[in-house]
Amino acid sequence: MAVDRRKFLKLVGCSALFGLGAKTAIDIFAPGELEASMKESLPNGKKKWAMVIDMDKCLQKQAEGKCTACITACNHEHNIPDFGNIKEEIKWIWQDTYEHVFPTQPNRFLDEDIEGKPFLVLCNHCENPPCCRVCPTKSTWQREDGIVMIDPHRCIGCRFCMAACPFGSRSFNWGDPRKAPKELNPDYPTNMDYPRRNKGVVEKCTFCEERLAQGKLPACVEACAEIKVHALHFGDLNDPDSEIRQLLRERYAIRRKAELGTEPKVYYLI
Amino acid sequence: MYDGGKIIPGLIIGLCLFLSPFLYNAGKAAKAPEPELTAKAKKAKQCVAPTPYMKAWHMQLLDTWRHEVVRDGNRYYNTNENLWWDYKFDYKLLEDWRRFVSGTMEENQPPGRAGKIYYKSLQTTCLDCHANKSKFCDQCHNYMGVTPYCWDCHIEPKENK
Amino acid sequence: MLERTLKGSKAYWRVLIGLLVIMGAGLLCYLYQFHEGLKITGMSRDISWGLYIAQFTYLVGIAAGGVMVVLPYYIHDYKAFGRITILGEFLAIGAVIMCLLFIFVDIGNPVRILNVIMYPTPRSILFWDMIVLNGYLFLNIFVGWNVLAAERKGVPYRKWVKVLAYISIPWAFSIHTVTAFLYAGIPGRHLWLTAIMAARFLASAFAAGPALLLLLCLIVRKFTKFDPGNEQLRTLGGIIAYAMILNCFFLLLEIFTAFYSGIPEHQHSLVYLFSGLEGHGKLVPWMWTSVLFSGIALILLIVPATRRKIDTLAVGCVAVIIGTWIDKGVGLVIAGFIPNPLDHVVEYSPTFPEIVICLAIWATGFFVITLLYKIAISVKEEVGA
Repeated sequence: MAVDRRKFLKLVGCSALFGLGAKTAIDIFAPGELEASMKESLPNGKKKWAMVIDMDKCLQKQAEGKCTACITACNHEHNIPDFGNIKEEIKWIWQDTYEHVFPTQPNRFLDEDIEGKPFLVLCNHCENPPCCRVCPTKSTWQREDGIVMIDPHRCIGCRFCMAACPFGSRSFNWGDPRKAPKELNPDYPTNMDYPRRNKGVVEKCTFCEERLAQGKLPACVEACAEIKVHALHFGDLNDPDSEIRQLLRERYAIRRKAELGTEPKVYYLI
Repeated sequence: MYDGGKIIPGLIIGLCLFLSPFLYNAGKAAKAPEPELTAKAKKAKQCVAPTPYMKAWHMQLLDTWRHEVVRDGNRYYNTNENLWWDYKFDYKLLEDWRRFVSGTMEENQPPGRAGKIYYKSLQTTCLDCHANKSKFCDQCHNYMGVTPYCWDCHIEPKENK
Repeated sequence: MLERTLKGSKAYWRVLIGLLVIMGAGLLCYLYQFHEGLKITGMSRDISWGLYIAQFTYLVGIAAGGVMVVLPYYIHDYKAFGRITILGEFLAIGAVIMCLLFIFVDIGNPVRILNVIMYPTPRSILFWDMIVLNGYLFLNIFVGWNVLAAERKGVPYRKWVKVLAYISIPWAFSIHTVTAFLYAGIPGRHLWLTAIMAARFLASAFAAGPALLLLLCLIVRKFTKFDPGNEQLRTLGGIIAYAMILNCFFLLLEIFTAFYSGIPEHQHSLVYLFSGLEGHGKLVPWMWTSVLFSGIALILLIVPATRRKIDTLAVGCVAVIIGTWIDKGVGLVIAGFIPNPLDHVVEYSPTFPEIVICLAIWATGFFVITLLYKIAISVKEEVGA
C-alpha cells in the first residue's frame, strides 16, 4: 500500500488520538446501560473511600448477644475459608478487644463501656501504606480512590507486605483454600460470582471494590444495615457533604496507631 | 568406533525412549475437538467479539481484561474496543475510529457494528453463556494439552454431567 | 579449572556424597512443600517469616564477611592476606548461593519469581536486595576465578580484575545494609525499627564470616598440603575480636534504649526473647545460650594468650558462630513478629520438613564451597604456595 505524506500524517494523527482519546472517551461517554454510580467509583474519579465505624451502635448490639453479621457477610461474599486454627486462618474483618485493637493507648482506668469489649478490625486502606512501599512486584498498590488493592495474579507470596503492615491486616494462603476442612466450610465456595485465591498469595479486605464498581456498598456495611444496626458507614472523604464527613465533624473519632503516619482511613467513633 | 558396543545400543535405547509417545499412539487418531454451545450461547449469536477473533485471541483478550479490571479498575468492556491487533492496517477502519472517538457512541456508530457493554468477568460473563465448560472449553484445551491455571482461583460453574 | 573437582581423595568424595544425601532429602521435602504450600512449615498468619528468612539473613552476613580479608589486602596493603583472599571469596559465593536458595524456598509462588524482574519496583527494598545479592555473586565469581587462574598460570591478574575487587568492597557492605533495611524501614515492628540495625548486622557479619573462614582454613590446613599461615589466622582472629566486641556492644545499646526509656513497644520483643512474655518463652533458653557462647567467645578472643594460640582461637570462633547464629538466625527475625500488631503472643517452631529443607540448603552451600575450595587448593598446591 503506497502511503503518501498526507495519508501518513492522517494515520499518525489518528493513532495519537486513539491512544489519548479512546480510553477516556469510553470511560466518560459511557452509554445509558451503565448505572450512573459506576462512573463515580472509577479509580480516576476523585474519590477517597473511607469507613467510619460507630462503636456505640456496634457495642449496643454486641450487648444483646454476640453479633458477627459483617464478618459472616464478608466471608460469604469472598469465599473465605475457615481452617479452624490460628496458624492458617484467613481473616479480612474480625473482632478483638479494645486493648488489643488500640495497644498504643493503654489505660488502666478505662470506660467500662469499652473495657474488654469487641472492636472491629480490618485493613485500614492507609493513605501512606507501608505494605505498598515494600512490595517488590507492585502486586499491592494504592488506587487513586484510596483503596489498597491486591493483584493475586502477580503476587509471588514473599510476605513482605505482611511484615510491613503495622496493623496485622493481611492473611496468607499457606495452603490451597479448597483443602480447608469440609465440616467447617460445607458450602464452599459460598459465592459463585467471586473467585477464590490459590495457595501462595496474600489477601485482605479490598473495601469490596468489585461491589463499588457496580454501585453497591461493601458487604459488611450492607449486612450491618440489613440488621438495622447501621454501625458501619462508608463514603467519600473528599466530599464534604458525605455521611462520613458529617459523622467525623460531629463526633470524636480515633484511628489505630495514627502516630505511625500511615494515615489509616478506618475511623472508630467512640 | 571406540566403545561402539556401548554407544550404538545406548543411542537406539535413547531414541526409542524419545519416540515412545509416538510409538504408543501409533495407528490411533485422537478425536477432533467438538465444542458444544449452550442454548444461551446459540441465542446470543456472537460472543463479545467475532467468533474467528475469539477462537484465536480469547486468551489475549482475557489477559487484557485481567489487567484492566484488576489493575486499572476498568470493569466494563465495549465491543467496539481494542481489536486493533487483528485488523490489518485498514484506512477505512481508522476513519471509523476517528469518527467514533470524536463523538458519542450512538451518533457515530460505524455502520453494522453496534456497541454492546459487557462486565469483564470470566466467571460471571464468559461462563454465564458457556456454562458447559467440560463440553466447550475443555474440548479444545484437552486436545491441545493445555491446562490454563485460571481455574485454581476462578470458580467453574457446576455442571450436570 | 573445573576438572580439578573430579579428582580427589576418599575423604573428599565421602564429604560430597554425604552432602548430596542431605541435599536429596531436602529436595524431597521441598517437592512436598511445592505441592502442598508453605502450610507444612511452622509459619503462621502472625509469624509470617520463619526459619528460611532467618537463615537467609544470617548467611548474607557470612557472605559479607568475606570482605574482611579483601579489604585489608587492597586498602591496607596487608599482602599477607593474599594467601587466603580466594578462600574468602569462594566462601562468599557459597553463602550467597545459600541466601538465594533460602529466598526461593520461602516464596509462596516460586513459579512467579521472575515477576520481581519483569515488574521492577525501585521503591521496594526487596528489589534492591535481589540486585545487590546477584551482583555480589557475580563479582566474587569473576574476581575469584580470574585471580586463581592468573595464579595458576604464574602471571599477575589483569587490571580490570583489580577494579572489580575494589568495587566488591563497598558492595559487600551494601548487601548487608540492604538486608538490614528490609527490617529497619518497617514501621510496625519495634524490635527492628532501630537506626543501628544495619550497624548490628554488619558487626555480627564481620564476626561470623571471618570466624567461619578461619575454621575452614584450619580444615584446609589439616586435610591438604596448603597452609593458610599462622600470621594470617592471627590477624583474622584480631578482626573477629573487634567485630564481636562491637556486636555485643550494639546489643547492649539496644537493651539500654529499650529499658531506660521504658516504652512498652520497644521492650516487648526483648522481654519475650530474654524472659518470656505472657507465659510464652520458647526462645528464652536459646537466647541465654547465645549470651553464654558470646561471652565465651569474647573472653577467648580478647585475652591475648587464648587469641594467639590457634586451638583456643578456633574454639572462640565456634563460640562466635553459635552465638551469632542464635542471635540473628533464630532470635531476631522471629521475635520481630512477637508480639503481633494486635499485641498477642503467638509462638513459632519449625516443622520437620522445614528443618530438613534448611539443612539441605546449608549442605548445598557447603557442597559448592567444597568444590570451589578443591579447585583453589589444588591450584595452590600445584603452584607451590
